[in-house]
Amino acid sequence: MSQEVLEKPRAHPSARVYLSIAAILLAITVVEVAIFYIPAIRGTMALAPVLLLLSAGKFALVVMFYMHLKPDSKLFTAIFTVPLVLAAAVILALMTLLGAWVY
Amino acid sequence: MSTAATAHYTSTGQDTRKIAFWTFIGSECMLFGTLIATYLSYEGKSVVGPTPQEILNIPLTSVSTFVLLMSSLAMVLALAAVMRGDTRYSRVWLATTAGLGGVFLGFQAFEFTQFVDEGLKISTNLFGSTFFVLTGCHGLHVLVGVIWLLTLLILSARGKLGPEEAMNVEIAGLYWHFVDVVWIVIFTVVYLIQRGPAA
Repeated sequence: MSQEVLEKPRAHPSARVYLSIAAILLAITVVEVAIFYIPAIRGTMALAPVLLLLSAGKFALVVMFYMHLKPDSKLFTAIFTVPLVLAAAVILALMTLLGAWVY
Repeated sequence: MSTAATAHYTSTGQDTRKIAFWTFIGSECMLFGTLIATYLSYEGKSVVGPTPQEILNIPLTSVSTFVLLMSSLAMVLALAAVMRGDTRYSRVWLATTAGLGGVFLGFQAFEFTQFVDEGLKISTNLFGSTFFVLTGCHGLHVLVGVIWLLTLLILSARGKLGPEEAMNVEIAGLYWHFVDVVWIVIFTVVYLIQRGPAA
C-alpha cells in the first residue's frame, strides 16, 4: 500500500499566547460571577443571554487555542462542530417538548 | 519518518488517532448534550426542596472552576514541554495538571457531601437526580483524565515520553480540555443561571 502525502503539522501557539488565553478565561469567569451577584441583572431576562454569551466565548477560546482547532485541519473542526450543533439541537428540542421555557 | 509513525496516517493527511479521538469527543458532546438537556428540562419542576437557589454554593464552585481552568493551562504547557523535549518541565506540568484535577475532584466530593448533609440526595427530587447524574458524570470524566495523566507521568519518569510520543500527550490534552469546556457550560447553565421558582 502506498503512503499518502502527509499534511505538514501546523505550529501550536506560544506559551505567551497560552498565558494570555488563561488570563482572558479568568477575567471572563470573574465577570460571570460578578454578574450573578448584581441584583439589577440577576432578576432580569438579560441574565441568561449575557452569561451564555460569556460562556460561549470561554468555550470558543479553549477549543480554538488549547485544543488547537484554529491552527489544525478543518477536518477536526467539522468532526467536532457537527455533533456539537446536534447536541445543542437536542437540548432545545427536549426543553421545548417538556415545556421548560415556561414557569 | 519512522514506519511506526507513518502507520497512523491516512489519505486525509491526518493522524488516525487524532481523527478517532475527535470523533470520540463528538460522541461525548452528544452524551453531555442529553444530560444537560435533561437537567434543563426538569429544572424548577421539583415538588419538594432543596432547590438550586437554596443549596448551590457559588463561591466554592467559582474556585473549583478557576482550578479546572488553570489545569487546562498546565496541560498545554505540558504538551509544549514534551514537544520540545524538555523532560523536567513536561513532568512538572503533567503533575500540576493531574494535581489540579485532583483538587477539583476534592471540591466536588466536598460539595456532594455537603448536599447530602443538607438533605439533597439523588432520589430526593428531580433537581437531585439530574444534578448528581450530570455533575457526577463530569466528575467521572475528570477522574479518568487524572488517571490518564498519571500514566503519562509514569511513562515520562521511565524515559518513554519524548517528542516522538507527543501525539499521546496531545490526545490526552484534547480529552482534558474537553472536560474543561464541558465544565464551562455546566458552571453557567447549572450554577449561574438558576431558573424557576424556589420551593
